[in-house]
Amino acid sequence: MGILEVKNVNKRFGGLQALGDVNLSVAENSCHAIIGPNGAGKSTLLNVLVGKLIPDTGSVMFDGQSVLGRKPFEINQMGISRVFQTPEIFGDLSVLENMMIPIFAKRDGSFRMHAIESSAQEKEIIEKAEAMLEDLNMADKRHFHSASMSRGDKRRLEIGMCLAQNPRLLLLDEPTAGMARADTNNTIDLLKQIKDERDITIAIIEHDMHVVFSLAERITVLAQGTPLVEDTPEKIKGHPKVREAYLGEAA
Amino acid sequence: MFGLDKKDTTLLIIVAALTLAAPFLLNPFPTDSAMAQFNAGYPDLMQRFVIFGIFAIGFNILFGLTGYLSFGHAAFLGVGSYSAVWMFKLLSMNVLPAILLSVVVAGVFALLIGFVSLRRSGIYFSILTLAFAQMSFNLAYSVLTPITNGETGLQLTLDDPRVLGSSSTADGSIPVTNLFGAEMRATYEMVVGPWNFQFNTGYYLSAILMLLSFYLAIRIFRSPFGMMLRAVKSNQTRMNYTGLNSRPYTLAAFVISGMYAGLAGGLMASMDPLAGAERMQWTASGEVVLMTILGGAGTLIGPVLGAGFIKYFENIFSKINEGILHSWFSFMPDGLEDTLIALVYPFIGKGWHLTLGILFMLVVIFLPGGLVEGGQRIGRLFRRKKSGQETDKSTQSTPAE
Repeated sequence: MGILEVKNVNKRFGGLQALGDVNLSVAENSCHAIIGPNGAGKSTLLNVLVGKLIPDTGSVMFDGQSVLGRKPFEINQMGISRVFQTPEIFGDLSVLENMMIPIFAKRDGSFRMHAIESSAQEKEIIEKAEAMLEDLNMADKRHFHSASMSRGDKRRLEIGMCLAQNPRLLLLDEPTAGMARADTNNTIDLLKQIKDERDITIAIIEHDMHVVFSLAERITVLAQGTPLVEDTPEKIKGHPKVREAYLGEAA
Repeated sequence: MFGLDKKDTTLLIIVAALTLAAPFLLNPFPTDSAMAQFNAGYPDLMQRFVIFGIFAIGFNILFGLTGYLSFGHAAFLGVGSYSAVWMFKLLSMNVLPAILLSVVVAGVFALLIGFVSLRRSGIYFSILTLAFAQMSFNLAYSVLTPITNGETGLQLTLDDPRVLGSSSTADGSIPVTNLFGAEMRATYEMVVGPWNFQFNTGYYLSAILMLLSFYLAIRIFRSPFGMMLRAVKSNQTRMNYTGLNSRPYTLAAFVISGMYAGLAGGLMASMDPLAGAERMQWTASGEVVLMTILGGAGTLIGPVLGAGFIKYFENIFSKINEGILHSWFSFMPDGLEDTLIALVYPFIGKGWHLTLGILFMLVVIFLPGGLVEGGQRIGRLFRRKKSGQETDKSTQSTPAE
């Protein structure tokens, strides 16, 4: 039984069957990729996984608990962190402050005022944030205005912010979309490093096959809202159904 | 010092020094000189500077930190004033219980309005707060006349059932507001040569409360709570997916800024014990938005500067009339004098709003960071001149706040 269990999920938008009978099981501490051509329902599936969309039927269980209908902050508190297609960071804040917020959130839960203490005196939080930046090789950028960094650095920071909370499941939505080749490779290296060093489950939705085949241990191919096949990367590469889904019948 | 870093302590000390020495600083011209009309060092106006300063500091905690633009903050100011006047009528003429009650009532009021309004963000939030403020205004103006005394405004009368203290003084007049016997209107006049400096008890009470409010605002800005509020402004999606519920943070900020407004309202009533519905009108809400943006939203000192700036204009520019203009331009040939006066006249007296509007436009277009940004630019200009080439390095990667 996997840490994330998707059972018989159906989702319709008017006449469009976005997801049809999706069954998916992500094993703990594995890296599972979900691929598929445009319009296959990848993003819909991801939105179901984080509780943003409630499916018409079916269930999504994380570690034995249903995620359906929960608010984003509750999903996060269950141990799920999400990386967005366009990096979502606190653009007005410095890199160090960006890193401090998830650590505060982890320590204090969803609301604690601390309106009088100075954040500059929270030694423990700052140390943790700086250690995390050190791991990301971003220590020299700690005072940068985070909105002014490159796409790759923003992505790196965003992944770091998710990891600072020690999530059990990291969801990545096309983490290398719109990135330069060098940034893409850096991101792949970072994710590989995370996979090796931590007990973490990674679920990744991706378009770029290079990324998928360098990271994933298992791959689910989604086409027209239904899982076509699920297998190891080696087997997926040569699978006729996958070729068909991606390249059309003629191939 | 006081748990602040060096830069903030310096700022606080400078503000404290300026506020406490205001009766001198705002009175630079001798009483009988032609420039005396530009003096702002009289109690009534100085009180208004600091009271609106408090109002704007509080507004900035909401708008500057979380980015939620409330268009109904005057409602809390009005509620504060009404509470204070009722306290004078029923309990005692001491301002302390009145101010405490106005802060508490405004806080409760802000909790209710905030709870509903904060379900939406952006323009919808602004409209909701505006609607609530207008509702409050109309309630105060007509529906709740028994409590607010409608369009006349709530005033003290000779037969107020004051529990602690008397309904009227021995000579048959209404007692005055005081702080343990120190009358708010008491003014000590110091005459130095041609100058006349006025030290007013009410001003100093308001000034000390403003300094405390300012200090608290610095603490909030620099706290983890303040950081969370800035995070709300910056990216709510990320905030939510970081396990933080943004609603309690924004509501707390809303209530705090409502309480600041209540404090300002209570102080206004303490200086002059009457409260009218017009204090809650949308123009009053708009004024505090102008003050904050003009001074620099999201900066510590900006709102205070903005409040001072607008109140100065309102009181000084509006007093200049045609006669004064004639006396200024009398050295010119008649034709030229009349043309010039015709050109300047729309911008003074009752037309001061026009001047303010133009200044506001200029500031928003050329100094989006408000007067504070203007100050910073001038400061940088001076530093560059002083240290020549060194500055090229230092401007490069200065951390953002």
